[in-house]
Amino acid sequence: MGHKIRVFLCKPGLDGHDRGVLIVGQALRDAGMEVIYSGLKQTPENLVEAAIQEDVDVLGLSMLSGAHMALIPRITTMLAERDASDIMVLAGGVIPPQDAEVLVRDHGVARVFGPGTDTRDIVAYIREQRGSI
Amino acid sequence: MKAVAGDLYDKLLEGDRRAAARLISMVENGDEGAREVLKRLHRHSGKAHIVGLTGSPGGGKSTIACRLAQSYRAAGKTVGIICVDPTSPFTGGALLGDRVRMQELSGDPEVFIRSMGSRGALGGLSVATNDAINILDAFGKDFIIVETVGAGQVEIEVVKYAHTCVVVTMPGAGDEIQAIKAGILEIGDIFVVNKADREGSMRTVADLEMMIETKPGGVEGAWKPPVIATVALEGEGIAELVGDIARHRQYLLDSGMLTEKIVQRMKAELLGILSLRVSDEAVAALKEGGSACGLVDSMLSRDLDPHSAADDLARILQLGDLL
Repeated sequence: MGHKIRVFLCKPGLDGHDRGVLIVGQALRDAGMEVIYSGLKQTPENLVEAAIQEDVDVLGLSMLSGAHMALIPRITTMLAERDASDIMVLAGGVIPPQDAEVLVRDHGVARVFGPGTDTRDIVAYIREQRGSI
Repeated sequence: MKAVAGDLYDKLLEGDRRAAARLISMVENGDEGAREVLKRLHRHSGKAHIVGLTGSPGGGKSTIACRLAQSYRAAGKTVGIICVDPTSPFTGGALLGDRVRMQELSGDPEVFIRSMGSRGALGGLSVATNDAINILDAFGKDFIIVETVGAGQVEIEVVKYAHTCVVVTMPGAGDEIQAIKAGILEIGDIFVVNKADREGSMRTVADLEMMIETKPGGVEGAWKPPVIATVALEGEGIAELVGDIARHRQYLLDSGMLTEKIVQRMKAELLGILSLRVSDEAVAALKEGGSACGLVDSMLSRDLDPHSAADDLARILQLGDLL
């Protein structure tokens, strides 16, 4: 059967906007990946536990609430504490470039995909990093 | 965490959730390292009660699974939930959305929820699902809830691995009752009419009860499937469902049917594994450059028919004259 890329798409914190994350989800599904969606308003603790139970390759964090500098580092720290830093963390949504830079440099985020990203670029990036299916 | 098979066994038995999760992935991916671990885990499994949840899409299976798990947790029991969602036969991708309906469970480390794509490989679904059940069983879960994909032939598979099979339907689905006649009625140990706050629920309950009552071939003392009206979102009827699952388990124990069910499941499991292995070998042999790749060419030129080709393939795979 071979390895299938599993992606957990999440909405951390108080953020009700899920149009973007669902579009990304469909694109990844159509690219042959298994996509698990968390639903809205999740705590970092719950997301990390779910990511581990689902044994995903990629954690995609969609954030449009402005709380990304508070929540994303908490999530990546918890992943490290659980010996799960091998899960690739991607972020998307409304994240200013200067914050994105810090998240990538200091907080274990592999890449931030901002508004207007072509979903094919996300697919290509995940495949490149995680091996094709 | 790198997956080292030997480590996984120890870690899993120590209660490491990451190890259990990783082993399920290995099983899904057909990783041969998983086989060795599963062999050793076998003697640790066999304690859990396996509840299958099946029924048409949108009936509320995930919500019912969530409520059941909450009841079991309140009673101090541990729970594993396996949610199978359909894999696209065209792209191989899947959107696994059952977790969204189980948010109230997240954060409880004693509830292990795993979403699985049906993946659609020959016999692959049941083998991987069975293995995942065994893993969570050996992992020490008291109840394992298996939620099937909502439609088609696959949902009948649940009968092969569940001890108690719960069929979920909802009111106003007149045509669905017709569908129930054609197969589902036989597989349900318990029927749930969910969304019972909607119009027509009493009618659906009555229809089902009538069909169960008039089902031919009933034996004295045999289990009579109850029909329960629930509003899972509000938790209504869940206590009754929990009670009936317990009653069904007791019936299985008292009547000796549990052993029979386990024997059936083991047979199905064995056949599933064997057919998967044979088909994997056959697929490899038929690939370009494989040991049997010429067979299809001979079929194409009409020199060889499919049945004789199957005989030849069986010989190439050294399956004897069985096929």
